[in-house]
Amino acid sequence: MDRRSFLKATALAGALGAAGGMPAPALSQGAAARTLRFVPQANLANFDPIWGTQYVVRNAAALVWDTLYGFDDQLRPQRQMVESEQVSADGLTWDFRLRPGLKFHDGSTVTAKDVVASLTRWSARDSMGLMLKALQQELVAVDDRNFRWVLKKPYPKMLMALGKNNTPMAFIMPERLARTDPFTQINDYIGSGPMRFKRDEWIPGARSVFEKFADYVPRDEPSSWLAGGKRMGIDRIEWLVMPDPATASAALQNGEVDWWENPITDLVPQLRRNRNVRADIADPLGNIGSFRMNHTTTPFNNLKARQAVLAALSQEDYMRALVGDDDKMWKPLPGYFTPGTPLYTEEGGDILKGPRNMELAKRLLAESGYDGSPVPCIVAQDQPITKAQGDVTADLLKRIGFNVDFVATDWGTTGQRRAMKNPVGQGGWSMFHSWHSGADCINPGVYQAIRANGDGAWFGWPNIPAVETEVNNWFEAPDLEAEKAAIRRLNKAAIDNVVYAPTGFFLGYQAWRANVSGIVKGPLPFFWGVSKA
Amino acid sequence: MFAYFVRRVLATIPVMAIVALFVFSLLYLAPGDPAAVIAGDQATPQDVERIRASLGLDRPYLIRFGEWFWNILNGDMGVSIFTNLPVTTMIKQRIEPTLSLMVLTLCLAVSIAVPMGVVAAWKQGTWVDRAVMGFAVLGFSVPVFVVGYVLAYVFALELDWLPVQGYTAFSSGFGPWLENLILPATALGMVYIALIARITRATMLEVLQQDYIRTARAKGAGQANILFLHALKNAAVPIVTVIGIGVALLIGGAVVTESVFAIPGLGRLTVDAILRRDYPVIQGVILLFSFVYVLVNLAIDLLYTLFDPRIRY
Repeated sequence: MDRRSFLKATALAGALGAAGGMPAPALSQGAAARTLRFVPQANLANFDPIWGTQYVVRNAAALVWDTLYGFDDQLRPQRQMVESEQVSADGLTWDFRLRPGLKFHDGSTVTAKDVVASLTRWSARDSMGLMLKALQQELVAVDDRNFRWVLKKPYPKMLMALGKNNTPMAFIMPERLARTDPFTQINDYIGSGPMRFKRDEWIPGARSVFEKFADYVPRDEPSSWLAGGKRMGIDRIEWLVMPDPATASAALQNGEVDWWENPITDLVPQLRRNRNVRADIADPLGNIGSFRMNHTTTPFNNLKARQAVLAALSQEDYMRALVGDDDKMWKPLPGYFTPGTPLYTEEGGDILKGPRNMELAKRLLAESGYDGSPVPCIVAQDQPITKAQGDVTADLLKRIGFNVDFVATDWGTTGQRRAMKNPVGQGGWSMFHSWHSGADCINPGVYQAIRANGDGAWFGWPNIPAVETEVNNWFEAPDLEAEKAAIRRLNKAAIDNVVYAPTGFFLGYQAWRANVSGIVKGPLPFFWGVSKA
Repeated sequence: MFAYFVRRVLATIPVMAIVALFVFSLLYLAPGDPAAVIAGDQATPQDVERIRASLGLDRPYLIRFGEWFWNILNGDMGVSIFTNLPVTTMIKQRIEPTLSLMVLTLCLAVSIAVPMGVVAAWKQGTWVDRAVMGFAVLGFSVPVFVVGYVLAYVFALELDWLPVQGYTAFSSGFGPWLENLILPATALGMVYIALIARITRATMLEVLQQDYIRTARAKGAGQANILFLHALKNAAVPIVTVIGIGVALLIGGAVVTESVFAIPGLGRLTVDAILRRDYPVIQGVILLFSFVYVLVNLAIDLLYTLFDPRIRY
């Protein structure tokens, strides 16, 4: 008997009479091996992947709801719930056929009507979906397994839109749920994916539980990210929310959890010293740090003030503040698109390369006519990524000559403040920090932050027609070469006009117990193929 | 006595009404927007506006307050903006871990601190007294999260005696329940032990100088009898007062302790709700905490009569 068991037994013996309680039966070894305890990146506070577009909701939803198509690890959309598709010669009519045997978790069959309702709800919230909606002539169920999407204009990125992993994903729900207004939360979680959500065991902020859905029919192909056969090697997954990284680290080392989605870099050396723990890169697509300026008010409504920032900004400073001294975890990014993906380019990125030019920055600032008025920098202190970037920015802007008004706040307040279009001095803002998942920066279709269509653009509202022209050219590009050409021009226009200032490309870790196998690197945790000894 | 009890219970109603008004107004004035948090980082301003409208957050203050207050009077704390679950359900899910932590901490602290204070007063000026006071200073000075990390490192990671995190319901057995709570209760109890030990020592020192103690000694009463029957009972009123005041300390400390030990209690629920601006949850939890605090104070007032029969209401 080890000391822990001895203590437990002693405490029990002493307390049994008074409490009258018996310990819960321990899980058998087999049951323990079929249960995976996972520490997610954040709390699953809601569970409607169309209404709430946080990554953690998307990650959980990918277990519970299936999609028509799914991205594989080469970022190609592959058939998932769809058996076949056909597009007319003019590119206007798409006919889709569902796989046979698809079931919802309540036992009902997945039909084309469910798909039509799901796509209708999704397309009201997703940027690519909104484009499709604008082009839509009709979206109808032909019969139980077939549906048709008729467009007014060809949309070559149709399969990408249906299979992308960016939030919101086009998840397929029962029609009765999908008829819910897209801006109102669903209140039932009947899914179509490989795991069912245990609502009765859900304690938001603490625990979410998923159980294997026996009637799920996986595809025959090997799994690859969101594509292929989603075969579950475990029967039950428990998501245990741990807000404190030190606690999560200790729990993983102690064997109380099996997989931690996002350990902070500082703790990784300690984890690696434990022979029962493995740590590796989580997502090869990484993240892009963002210094987002307000194009509608002073001083960054002036191009030269924005260029002054680019001339002086040292991505190395930002990245070292974010990920420390591990050079494998970051790289400079003289552009906007994710390194290692087909559309990556450095066209026009010279201003971000080489030694930083503080003299040029000061000269550009003087030419901008900046009058020394305060520059509100909104920095969320409760997000390590924004806090670290904000500290570097405060120093950078002061050295250039800006009068920094450092607004230390939390993410909730940042969310409200950044939506305000008031001038500086009346509640407005000049810049805030964010970061974008690399998977969201692989092309303009999923990259809201690169858009420069004024009021329709992301916070900061850049209005740069040259960027939008190339976005449209990309959407209409007939092949990859044409896409690449459009993106090269887009990247140059975006840097020339400083849509935003990229602060670098960085990676994150994931860590797991040595007895867990099948964990792959990807933009979200993929649980199919994972097993536990 | 009964009339006093009824009067005090009735007096909680205006207190709770003022707390309700204060909490609602404070949240209304505080910056932050749940709609922006819900919409996520990729949402457009138009999306945020639509979500805000769907949640009713664009309505005037008075209408929102009136509706919320009416629902509270009808026992309905509302529905969480984020989880879509009733606030009462969320509180029910979380109340047991927090109550368990607080009760265990209270028991642990009182059972350790009171004897410590008594002994320190008895042995005034000796090394025992100095050791107790040294411990009290340490307990006051070291933050609860530091104690928590140290305990978790030693007893969970190094010795592997206890789990690092989590909570096991009392219904699963006293042993597993205690196994999960002993470290957090010890961490949370440190400052409480220090506080009670100091106040016990100070009050006991005063009581031990009284004539009736000298009389008891002259009549040949034993040391234990003098300390724990004659002196402690007379010193109990200020000690009980401090224990009652300390409940607020426990509520505050539970927020940190629950985060360090990943206990799914009301403290963490409150922090999560504040960070997300989940107004109905924040309002519900603060009202509950206020109510508990008012009740604890009432209980303390009633306890006075038990320790000092001269006190009459």
